[in-house]
Amino acid sequence: MEEKLILFKNRKRFGIEKNIDIIFKNTTLVLSSLVAIVLFGIILVVFFQSFESFSRYGLNFLVTSEWNPVKDEYGAFTAIYGTLVTSLLSLLITIPLGVGTAIFITEDFVPKFVREIVGSFVELLAAIPSVVLGLWAIFVMEPFFREFFVFLHKFFGWIPLFSSEPAGRNSLLAIIILVVMLLPIVTSIARDSLNQVPKKLRNASYGIGASRWKTIFSVILPAALSGIMAGVLLALGRAMGETMAVTMIIGNSNVFSWSLLSPGYTISSMLANQFGEADGSQVSSLFYAAFVLMILSLVVNIFAQWLVKKFSLKY
Amino acid sequence: MNSLYYQKKLSRNVGDKFFTSLSVFCALIAILPLIFVVTYILIKGGAQITPELFTLEPNPPGDDLDAGGINPALIGTLVITTIASIIAIPVGVGGGIYLAEYSKGGPFSKFIRFGVNVLAGVPSIIAGVFIYALIVSTKILFGSMYSGFAGGMALSILMLPTVIKTTDEGLKLVPNELRYASLGIGASMYTTILKITLPTAFRSIATGVVLGIARAAGETAPLIFTALFSYYYIVGFEDLFYEMGSLAVLIYNFALEPYDAQNKLAWAASFILVISILTVNIFSRIFAAFTEKTKRV
Amino acid sequence: MIKNTKKSQKKNILSLEDVSISYGTFEAVRNVFLNFKAGDITSLIGPSGCGKSTVLRALNRMNDLIPNCSLKGTVLFDGTNIYDKRVDPVEVRRRIGMVFQQPNPFPKSIYENIAFGARINGFTGDMDELVESSLRKAAVWSECKDKLNDSGYSLSGGQQQRLCIARTIAIEPEIILMDEPCSALDPISTLKIEETMHELKKNYTIIIVTHNMQQALRVSDMTAFFNAVEYEDGDGGKVGYLAEFDSTKKIFNSPKEKTTQEYISGKFG
Ligand SMILES: Nc1ncnc2c1ncn2[C@@H]1O[C@H](COP(=O)(O)OP(=O)(O)O)[C@@H](O)[C@H]1O
Ligand SMILES: [Mg+2]
Repeated sequence: MEEKLILFKNRKRFGIEKNIDIIFKNTTLVLSSLVAIVLFGIILVVFFQSFESFSRYGLNFLVTSEWNPVKDEYGAFTAIYGTLVTSLLSLLITIPLGVGTAIFITEDFVPKFVREIVGSFVELLAAIPSVVLGLWAIFVMEPFFREFFVFLHKFFGWIPLFSSEPAGRNSLLAIIILVVMLLPIVTSIARDSLNQVPKKLRNASYGIGASRWKTIFSVILPAALSGIMAGVLLALGRAMGETMAVTMIIGNSNVFSWSLLSPGYTISSMLANQFGEADGSQVSSLFYAAFVLMILSLVVNIFAQWLVKKFSLKY
Repeated sequence: MNSLYYQKKLSRNVGDKFFTSLSVFCALIAILPLIFVVTYILIKGGAQITPELFTLEPNPPGDDLDAGGINPALIGTLVITTIASIIAIPVGVGGGIYLAEYSKGGPFSKFIRFGVNVLAGVPSIIAGVFIYALIVSTKILFGSMYSGFAGGMALSILMLPTVIKTTDEGLKLVPNELRYASLGIGASMYTTILKITLPTAFRSIATGVVLGIARAAGETAPLIFTALFSYYYIVGFEDLFYEMGSLAVLIYNFALEPYDAQNKLAWAASFILVISILTVNIFSRIFAAFTEKTKRV
Repeated sequence: MIKNTKKSQKKNILSLEDVSISYGTFEAVRNVFLNFKAGDITSLIGPSGCGKSTVLRALNRMNDLIPNCSLKGTVLFDGTNIYDKRVDPVEVRRRIGMVFQQPNPFPKSIYENIAFGARINGFTGDMDELVESSLRKAAVWSECKDKLNDSGYSLSGGQQQRLCIARTIAIEPEIILMDEPCSALDPISTLKIEETMHELKKNYTIIIVTHNMQQALRVSDMTAFFNAVEYEDGDGGKVGYLAEFDSTKKIFNSPKEKTTQEYISGKFG
C-alpha cells in the first residue's frame, strides 16, 4: 500500500501546480484583452491627434477641398469623394464578376478539377501584395488602357465622369486595380455562401421542373444573399482602406474633378503620400482624415458582421 | 415534334445558355489578372536576378548606370517580419487559447471575437498612423524616430487578428473527448492545453500563422512612415532602432522613380517577394489538403 | 395523347427496360425491367441500400444532379426514351414531379412556394385559386389558409411535407414520385399523407419508395420488391436488382420469391 503511494509522487496537486494553472489562465486572459486594448488604443490615439484640426475646421473639413499647407487651410473633400467613388464603383464592377465566377466554381459546367484550378487562381491572386499590383499597374496596365481612355473621352466625354482629357495616372486606373484586388474577396465569400445553400433546395427546384438558371436566380442566390452581402461589405471596407496600389496609380491630386480620367486622391493615398513629410497643423489634419477613414471602415465592417450574425443558420 | 425534346429556341434554354456563357466569361476574366501579373513578374523580374542583387546595397536614384542590389531591403523584410511575428504570435496564440479553451461562448469572448474581426478590418495604413503617433513622433524608443522596430510593431497589429482567429478556430476543431480524457486522468488545464489540445491543433494553427506571416511580408502601407527606408546594410543589433528598408517599400519607392535602373530593381524585388509568397501559399494549400485527406481516412 | 376509354385495361405510362445505374464504377442497380401503369400507386420496397432511391431518381432524371451517376438501358415515358440525347430533362421533370425524403420548402412564403413552380410552368390562370386547390388536395389547406404569407419553414415537419406535395401537384404533373415521404414524420402526419395519396390517386400516377411495409400495403396497388446481392465478381460491394413485381396483394400474401417472403416477414432489412 505505502509502496504504491510512493510511485505516484504527484498524486496531490501541489500548490505550485495550482498556481501555474491560474497564472496560465490569467496570462491568456490578458493576451486576449490586448486585442480590445489595441483597438481602443488606435481609435483614441487617432481621435486625440486629430483634435486640433477637428476643433479648427469642424465638419467643414469634410466638405471643402482646399488642401494648402502654405496657407494652412485644410479640407479633405477631394480625398473623401475619391475614396467613396473609387471603392463604390470598383465594387459595382466586382460584384457581378465575382458572383459570376463563384457560380462558375459551384455549378458543374466544367469538370471539377478545372473549377478547382480557377478557385485556387483566384485565391492566389489575393496573396499578391498590393504594392506589386501597383508596380504592375504603372508599367503594364496603364499603357494597355491608354488608347481605350482616349476613346472613352472622345465618345463619352459628354458624361461628367469621362469629361476630362485622360491623364497618365487617374482614378479610373485605380478603380480597375481595385477590381483586381476585390475580386478574390467577393468570389471566395460568394462561393462559400453558395456552397452552404442546402442541396435539398436545388432538388426541390429541379424536382418541379425549374431550369438551372431559374433555380440559381430564384432559389440559390436568394438563399445565399446575406452571405454574399456580408462579403460585399467586407470588400467595400477593404476597398476604402486599400492604399499602395491606389496611391501608385491614382495620380495623387487634390484638385477636385468629377472626371474619372483626371488624377484623384483617396484618404489612404493622401496619408501614404504626405504623412512622412508633414509637420505642424498638417499632421493633425492628416490624423483627422485618418479618423474619417477609420470610422468609414468601422461602420462598414460592423454592419457586415451584424449581417453575418443576423442571417446565418436560417435553415 | 415530341414535346419532351430539347428545344433550342425556347426562351428558357436560350436564357440558360446565355447565363452559362456569362458565368464562364466572368471566370475567365477573374483568372486573367493572376496570369498576367505573374507572367510579367517572372519575365521582367526574373531577367534582373543576379548574384550581386542579393549582396549589394541599392544605389541612390540618379546614377542611371547601375542600381546596385537589394540586400538591405531583403534583410530588412526578414528582420521586420520576424519582429512582427515575435510580438504577434505569442499574443495571438495566447489570446486564441483563452477564447477557445477558457471563455468558450461567454460574453467576454463574444466581445473579443467581435474586436478581432473589427481589428482585421482596420485599414493597414491606420496601423502605420497609430504606430507613428505612438512611437515615431514621440521618440519613445531610445530617442529614435523611424525604425525597423516601429515597422515590426505596425505589422504585428495586422498579424494579430489572423493569428488569434486561426488559433481560436483550430482549437475549436479539437474534439472535446480529448480534453475530457486528459482532464479525466487528473491533468491540469494548462497541461491539457499545452500537451494535448495545442499539439492536436498544431497543423492548422501553423498553416494559418505561416499564411499570416507571408501576407505581412508584402505589406507596405504600415511601413512607409514607421520603418521608412534605408540604403545601407544592416550590420548590427542597434540598426533595429534606425530607419530600415524592406522589399515592399523598395518596390514602392523605386517604381515611382523616373530612372529605368531603379524600376528594374523594383521588378527584381517583386520577383523575389511574389515567388516567396506564392511558394508559401501553394505549399500550405497542398499541406492543408493533404492533412484533410489523412484525417478523413 | 389518346385517352384510353376502357378503365380496366390501364396503359403503361412509364417503363424501365433493362436499366442499370452506376455511381462511377460502382454499379448500384442492375438489369431492371419494370412497367408502371397509369393511375396506379406503385410502391418500391426493399432493404436499405438496394437502390430504390436510385431507381426513383432515374425516373425523372434527378440523377443528372449527381456528378458521376450514369444509366444504361431505356426509360420510356409517353413513348419516348427520356435518356435520349435530344430530350430536355427540365421538360421531363415538369411532367414527372418529385417529393423528397426530407421536406424541402423554399425559404419563401407558403403562397410563393406553390406559385413559384406554377409560374415557371407557364401557369396563366387564377393563382389564388390554384394555391388553394393545391393545398386542399394535399390536405393542408386548413392549417395554411390563415398564414399564406408566412415562411414555409413556419410549418411543422408533416405540414411542410404536405406543402411540398401541394407544390408538386400545382405543376400538374402526370406522375408524382415520392421518396420515403413519411420517414421524417410522426404517425399522425403519416396517416394524413396517406389519405392525401388516396385522394391524389384519382388524377395522378404515383410511385412511392417506402421503408414501411404497412404503408405499402395500405396505399399501393402494385409493389416492386428490390433486393441487393453480393457482386459475383466479388469485391464485397452489393448490387441491387428487382426481385419481384406484382400486385400488392400477391406480394404480401403469396410471393413467388423466397427472399420476398423473408423480407416481408421481417427476417432482414
Ligand atoms: N450519390 C451517390 N454516390 C455514390 N453512391 C451512391 C450515391 N447514392 C447512393 N449510392 C449508393 O447506391 C446504392 C443504392 O443507394 P440508394 O438508392 O440510396 O438505396 P435505397 O434508397 O434503397 O436505400 C447504395 O450502395 C449507395 O451507397
Ligand atoms: Mg433511399
